[in-house]
Amino acid sequence: MKTGLSPEQTQALRRHLEDGLPRVSRPYQTLAERINADENQVLAQMHQWHEQGLFRRVGLVLNHRALGFTANAMLVLDVPDALIDEVGQRLGRASGITLCYQRPRRLPQWRYNLFCMVHGRQRAQVEAQIQALLGEHLLSDLPHQLLFSTHAFKQCGGRFVASSTGTKPHG
Amino acid sequence: MDDLDRRLINRLQLGLPLVRNPWQALASELDSSSPELLHRLHELLCEGILTRFGPMFDIERLGGAFTLAALAVPEERFEEVAEQLHALPEVAHNYRREHAWNMWFVLACATEQDVTETLQYIETLTGLPLLNLPKEETYHVGLYFPV
Repeated sequence: MKTGLSPEQTQALRRHLEDGLPRVSRPYQTLAERINADENQVLAQMHQWHEQGLFRRVGLVLNHRALGFTANAMLVLDVPDALIDEVGQRLGRASGITLCYQRPRRLPQWRYNLFCMVHGRQRAQVEAQIQALLGEHLLSDLPHQLLFSTHAFKQCGGRFVASSTGTKPHG
Repeated sequence: MDDLDRRLINRLQLGLPLVRNPWQALASELDSSSPELLHRLHELLCEGILTRFGPMFDIERLGGAFTLAALAVPEERFEEVAEQLHALPEVAHNYRREHAWNMWFVLACATEQDVTETLQYIETLTGLPLLNLPKEETYHVGLYFPV
């Protein structure tokens, strides 16, 4: 799909979007005015980026601590290699799991290869939720641990991240 | 926060429609008006309940290299090491977790080589062994918090 935007305009659009979407009734019109283009071109570029998977959605970042989601747990499991994809996909679809990744084992110090994040308002509730989830998926017998975070030292992006995006990386 | 704020937050977590008049589309869905929704959004950002509104670019597709790493920091050195990491621009976030591996942080660098060098630098700086746990497979990314 051709958007008709020059490379300079495309880059300028990306830079403007680092500050977020303008909060006006016709945001793409406002962006178009800033880069000397028209609304259709900007919308076409947005659709193109979206289809290419450069962004998933025009959405928001919640301050989850401000909203009371203070119980943040990392569930780590030691899943047999032959089962990792199946278990990862099943847990990834489960409600309450916000992120689910495979990472390498580092034996002997670290045996866990599946990482899931669960956020909740209360610790006991998160613990119960995870136990129920593991039971439901017949995974309670797999070696696993729950690592609650007690303090966030640095919650927003480092320099590299801050200059390129508003999303948070998850390593 | 009232009921409309909650419905707005939950709806926006699914994404604003990519159309000319996105707020009009949302207003009918949420039984509100476009100026009212924009006003609510503005207030939620000002109050710090939301920290960003806009397209969420996938930084990994834009380039860059990332990893999750952990340190087992002796309790008496915890604050000191946290400050050492805080000073590094490559450290994107850093959480204390209840475990022998008690410091968990994400590195965001321009290249894989920068990641390797930064990890080596952190090991030298802190004198502590480090776990490097880069992502091998993504099964799910869907930060959604019903409020």
